[in-house]
Amino acid sequence: MGQIAPTPFVIPDLIIQTIHFMTYEANVRPAWIVLVLLLLFILAYTVLNDSPLIQSISNPPKQNISRKGFSNFKNSAENEMCLKCHGQSKYSYTNKENGKIIVKRMYAEAIVNRDDFYASNHREFKCTDCHSEDYISFPHSGDLRMEAIATCVDCHGGDEKYAKFQFETIDTAFMASVHSQKHSEEFTCWMCHDPHTYKINARTTENLKETITYDNLICLNCHGDNNNYQLLSNKPNPNLLQKHDWLPNQSSHFTNVRCIECHTRNEDTLIVAHFITPKNQAVKKCESCHSKNSILYASLYKHQIKQNIEKVGIIKGLFFSETASIGPDRNNSLNLLSFLIMGLTVIAICIHVFLRIKNK
Amino acid sequence: MNNHSSERLYLYPLWIRIWHMINAVLCLILIITGLSIQFSNPSVVVKFKTAISVHNIAGVLLAINYIAFFIGNLFTTNGHHYIMPVRGFFKRLIIQIRYYTIGIFKKENPPFPITPDQKFNPLQQFTYVATMYLLVPLIVLSGFGLLYPEMTLKSLLGASGLELTDFLHVTVGFFITLFMCIHIYFCTIGKTPASNFKSMINGFHESH
Ligand code: HEM
Repeated sequence: MGQIAPTPFVIPDLIIQTIHFMTYEANVRPAWIVLVLLLLFILAYTVLNDSPLIQSISNPPKQNISRKGFSNFKNSAENEMCLKCHGQSKYSYTNKENGKIIVKRMYAEAIVNRDDFYASNHREFKCTDCHSEDYISFPHSGDLRMEAIATCVDCHGGDEKYAKFQFETIDTAFMASVHSQKHSEEFTCWMCHDPHTYKINARTTENLKETITYDNLICLNCHGDNNNYQLLSNKPNPNLLQKHDWLPNQSSHFTNVRCIECHTRNEDTLIVAHFITPKNQAVKKCESCHSKNSILYASLYKHQIKQNIEKVGIIKGLFFSETASIGPDRNNSLNLLSFLIMGLTVIAICIHVFLRIKNK
Repeated sequence: MNNHSSERLYLYPLWIRIWHMINAVLCLILIITGLSIQFSNPSVVVKFKTAISVHNIAGVLLAINYIAFFIGNLFTTNGHHYIMPVRGFFKRLIIQIRYYTIGIFKKENPPFPITPDQKFNPLQQFTYVATMYLLVPLIVLSGFGLLYPEMTLKSLLGASGLELTDFLHVTVGFFITLFMCIHIYFCTIGKTPASNFKSMINGFHESH
């Protein structure tokens, strides 16, 4: 036993002693390799996994737009006149008769959350672009309840600027979908795309997981909420977890793909499929996604693949894309390399066999 | 022919033969089903769903079998053959490679004749240690990560954890397949091409 090294050298000394012990008179004791691997795995899977440190390195917190931050938006001053009441779950006014301040609960469907609105595609609009100017006065006139509400196509239809979004094709696909077929007029674009909060996602996102959650929450808004579901249907809401219990690793599927991956029929030209199919036509075969011709390439990964390579470069784009799934996730250049190595090995073996026979 | 020509050495104890038989069969199954999953288009050789189930079951069995190997080598003398002397190892490796690429065709004697104390030549020892103590543990560990993806690390330094685990699993799988091809071929270099395979059945090694 050597004497204990002075403090600064304790650690390096310990390491050297450990290595010496592990290699045991300069012999590699292989069991130690396995032990070290096991420890590394446990470390990676428990300590590093989800640790706040690693999380903050990998996903720096998004800047939260402060209340004041909204003033940067066009029309925000004017909109604040509406949002001061409609921006949260309560509003107040002064009773002119007795001068008392009355606080009342805002009707849930009339609330427009500022964070959501100013993140949405329509954030630069004025409330009165779509709603009557007469709302300026309070209490609002009863006649205003008869106000016709604009549909998406009212503004977006036939407009060249929006041609690339193909609202007409979407409309046709939607008309054929179960939502339209089963629920007649009550089911409008609004059910999924509330113009106050909707933001396009799939084609602009840098975080696929966020898009998946955002899009799935649209479906869950009714299919995961009995109250909303029964606004449109008298049937009980099927239990989604039970209905999908055939799916292996259910929670991984729910967080890594969108409902529409399996429940829509995809038209090539459309960016997001709107033809929701009846339940018996939903995709149920593993190979539909987990194969070279994965349907996900035409849907979920459509933008991701293009973008990834453009933005982060080929290496990161190919290796560390978020498109994690078995099968379709193969890397072609690595495949080629593996075939090459395997081929060369076989050739080398053949030459060896040939020379062995020849020199017998 | 040298003086230990007709010697028969008992080198492969029963437990290692049983372990090895199970291991070889499971590896073959895992490679075939693994390739079917990796190259599903949509189904190659084995149907996707079948391939997944078979691959999962075989993987768990392989892991259990590996534990048997690990413990066996830890507590029996067979483990001595896996302890690699570091000093001069590289030199001995080169000598062995030279033998396989040149010497063997000149009918030279093997540079490291097999003895009860040393049943592996340096090249064998290196590849067996690398495979059994690095590659197989890695593929087993990453396999468990993929079997329970909810438990798998979500992200590591910005990369998707599942993706990294998958990448590791597939890459190591490739190297094990490569090992197996080379391994089986090198086993044909014995007294006769079949004699090493016989050894792995009856336990006795026939020297050159
Ligand atoms: C069909 C496939 C296989 C065949 C025909 C085969 C054949 C053999 C033969 C003949 C031996 C004895 C000769 C020697 O010591 O080199 C052997 C030993 C060995 N093989 Fe294999 N093998 C196969 C697959 C594998 C696989 C997949 C692995 C590991 C992943 C493996 C690992 C080993 C090890 C570690 C030894 C030495 C065992 C000991 O004596 O401690 N083999 N194999």
